[in-house]
Amino acid sequence: MIKLNAKIPKGAIEDKWTNHRFNMKLVNPANKRKYDVIVIGTGLAGASAAASMAELGYNVTVLTYHDSPRRAHSIAAQGGINAAKNYPTDGDSIKRLFYDTLKGGDYRAREGNVYRLAEVSNSIIDQCVAQGVPFAREYGGHLDNRSFGGALVSRTFYSRSITGQQLLLGAYSALSRQVGLGKIKMITRREMLGLVVIDGAARGVVARNLVTGEIENYAAHAVVLATGGYSRVFFLSTNAMNCNTTAIWRAHRKGALFANPCFTQIHPTCIPLHGEQQSKLTLMSESLRNDGRIWVKLKPGDKRKPGEIPESERDYILERKYPTYGNLAPRDISSRAAKEACDAGKGAGETGQAVYLDFADAIKRLGKKVIEERYGNLFEMYELITAENPWEVPMRIYPAPHYTMGGLWVDYNLMSNVPGLYVLGEANFSDHGANRLGASALMQGLADGYFVIPYTIGDYLAGTKFQAVKTDHPEFQKEKVAIDEMTKKLLSIKGKRTTDDIHRQLGRIMWNKVGMARNEKGLKEAIQEISDLREEFWKNVNVPGSAEDLNQALERAGRVADFLELGELMAVDALDRKESCGGHFREEFQYEDGEAKRDDENYTYVAAWEFKSPGEWALHKEQLEFEYLKPTVRSYK
Amino acid sequence: MSGNMNLTLKIWRQANANAVGGFVTFNVKNISPDSSFLEMLDILNEELEVKGLDPVAFEHDCREGICGACSLVINGRPHGPLDKITTCQLHMRHFKDGDTIWIEPWRAKAFPIIKDLVVDRTSFDKIIQAGGFISVDTGGVPDANAILISKEAIETATDAAACIGCGACVAACKNASAMLFVSAKVSQFAVLPQGQPERYQRVQAMVKKMDELGFGSCTNTYACEAECPKGISVRNIARLNREYFNAKLKSENVEA
Repeated sequence: MIKLNAKIPKGAIEDKWTNHRFNMKLVNPANKRKYDVIVIGTGLAGASAAASMAELGYNVTVLTYHDSPRRAHSIAAQGGINAAKNYPTDGDSIKRLFYDTLKGGDYRAREGNVYRLAEVSNSIIDQCVAQGVPFAREYGGHLDNRSFGGALVSRTFYSRSITGQQLLLGAYSALSRQVGLGKIKMITRREMLGLVVIDGAARGVVARNLVTGEIENYAAHAVVLATGGYSRVFFLSTNAMNCNTTAIWRAHRKGALFANPCFTQIHPTCIPLHGEQQSKLTLMSESLRNDGRIWVKLKPGDKRKPGEIPESERDYILERKYPTYGNLAPRDISSRAAKEACDAGKGAGETGQAVYLDFADAIKRLGKKVIEERYGNLFEMYELITAENPWEVPMRIYPAPHYTMGGLWVDYNLMSNVPGLYVLGEANFSDHGANRLGASALMQGLADGYFVIPYTIGDYLAGTKFQAVKTDHPEFQKEKVAIDEMTKKLLSIKGKRTTDDIHRQLGRIMWNKVGMARNEKGLKEAIQEISDLREEFWKNVNVPGSAEDLNQALERAGRVADFLELGELMAVDALDRKESCGGHFREEFQYEDGEAKRDDENYTYVAAWEFKSPGEWALHKEQLEFEYLKPTVRSYK
Repeated sequence: MSGNMNLTLKIWRQANANAVGGFVTFNVKNISPDSSFLEMLDILNEELEVKGLDPVAFEHDCREGICGACSLVINGRPHGPLDKITTCQLHMRHFKDGDTIWIEPWRAKAFPIIKDLVVDRTSFDKIIQAGGFISVDTGGVPDANAILISKEAIETATDAAACIGCGACVAACKNASAMLFVSAKVSQFAVLPQGQPERYQRVQAMVKKMDELGFGSCTNTYACEAECPKGISVRNIARLNREYFNAKLKSENVEA
């Protein structure tokens, strides 16, 4: 029986992290070079962790499936990164960022973790500036801030609409410096396909060389997964095409618990679907909601163009329902409001599956120049994709899968229940509860990588007696055989359907039944349908080509095979959680006004699932305790 | 649907780095003008896959113009016929029913072809590893507002930092020069106060590595700027040249 111990340090919340850092064991500087650490993934979490650990003296090997570490999907984050600097002196503090994040997550995250995140947030900004990250500045040379959803203060630091890119290039430059110094071995075009567990501890990975097809072994004292989220289970999402669950899923199959898989974020401001040929959805930064107003037609079925609809016949849904937060209501709430309006036939455009995001008032109030400065490239991007000019016609937006709060279970040290296996960033479940606030993903990725793992990994390494393990250990061979068998199977089916075709069908099941609104009946159907689809995949998929060279069809097939297992677990988890909280909305559990109805008495727990076999899991519960902030109904009215 | 297109594609196919490549003709039907260029290639690949044929390998990831993974020379132009976008941002509404479209990989000695339209751009990473950073360890840095930076400097730095490392500049250049890429990184740090301590060492190290890797020389044709999806200006190249010259003049630590 697995016993979950979150290892939250004792003491006052303000002192937990400080005391913990003092209490952790240290590795002698001269001994650090004797330890090997593998990092999988080079996004914000992976790159910052690898660079920081290499600076400390550990031998770090980094693997990425990209051609370059600079491609990771953190790069696409547009809007910004939160920190409790309180530079605008508008009432911000570490405590308020902690409060906003915990409340934003609908009280389904750990207090200790969230407080630490808020606490180290300021150091992240300092670090990035020191690296040369060009955050926006005021005329006096000081840093500028903007607002994001779920907050009443301006605490978001940004670089035009390319904040993620600039932060990632900062971490990438730190990583590159260590590669140049020989402390990091950077290995590109490798996909982790298996975790090697020896005597109960993570001791390496098995990866496919994506160019030659060769299966390679990598041994280490600890393995760090920073491989991002799993929104691509929906097929259409804002995630990059290669984002996948394979690394964490293969670790899950080797014993790592998967926590809160049903907590997924549907982002309210994405460009709507154009048709059946669509491959992915494009996000428009949430920062647009600083100045854009969201509205729908008051009368269902109104066929007039937006410009022809007078003020009195428009419904500014967020301003009406949530006057305090208005258009900056959190993501889950904004998405649901959009869906509700569209379901009622009030949606925009030909499909009716969109709401307007209107800048006319802001342009009138601030002038075109200011709006152009703030959002110019987003306006261009919108026009490029839709061929509509947002300066003249309001933008049309619709929710899309964007981020996954769930992920592998980790303790306060970011270690999974498999000793020596660490999980950082979006790949873990730890800090965002049931809903993530805007501009907090970048914060968490960099907090984990720069300021948490460099401390906590030392405690593990210093406190563990290691047997020497080399890549000729039989466990590596066993893992390799299993992967070879799976590859052989995929290439030999030669069925009638493509991987993408099956993936699209999975996505439709997920979107309709495990998406923005869920109910018992739909979830039970989804479990059956996904299980059937998985069976069909293994009988009827057609994966061409060979295992011995660059084979993108094979890469995709392996990833979709894992999504077909994960999708079912998401439905199982959503079915278990008989409450509505954050991004998880169960239609059976809502107040009369349609707001989410949480059940703190029965569901204040982290659902951590243990893999038994495909389609079979055991549930372990980690009870959440709230000492500092008592959960209340989450109101943004 | 009305308005959908039928197209002829002439795509470069090459089994691996050492194989002989050549153009292969494909036909795709019923392409929506709202589809992106890469979605059109997805459709082609699905048709190939369902027949058990090897799909065309091409690189792509974010599909919103920021990761720098996508490439392709389309009808002779890196990232296609429109200015200031990446291939993944190109939509089929810019083509006409019945068009023939030529699709090739980046071609440069420093970017060897791996398969079909996929090339190896690790040479760019190597240039960054040689000096495209500010040497600062994690922690122990001053408060972010202790370093004041003028709006002008931050705008110049951000313009340069917007480079996505896609390599279109190299593909566009008749000499396959990487000067626009290198100069963007050199410029970003040259105008920021944080970049000053390593200013002269950095430019020398990066230029040296660039030369070693087999990129060509810059002869100021400005083709790079014309094809850059992020509009990185050739003024950065002018700045790099000044920095390099100054480094040789002023630096104590002059590389041969």
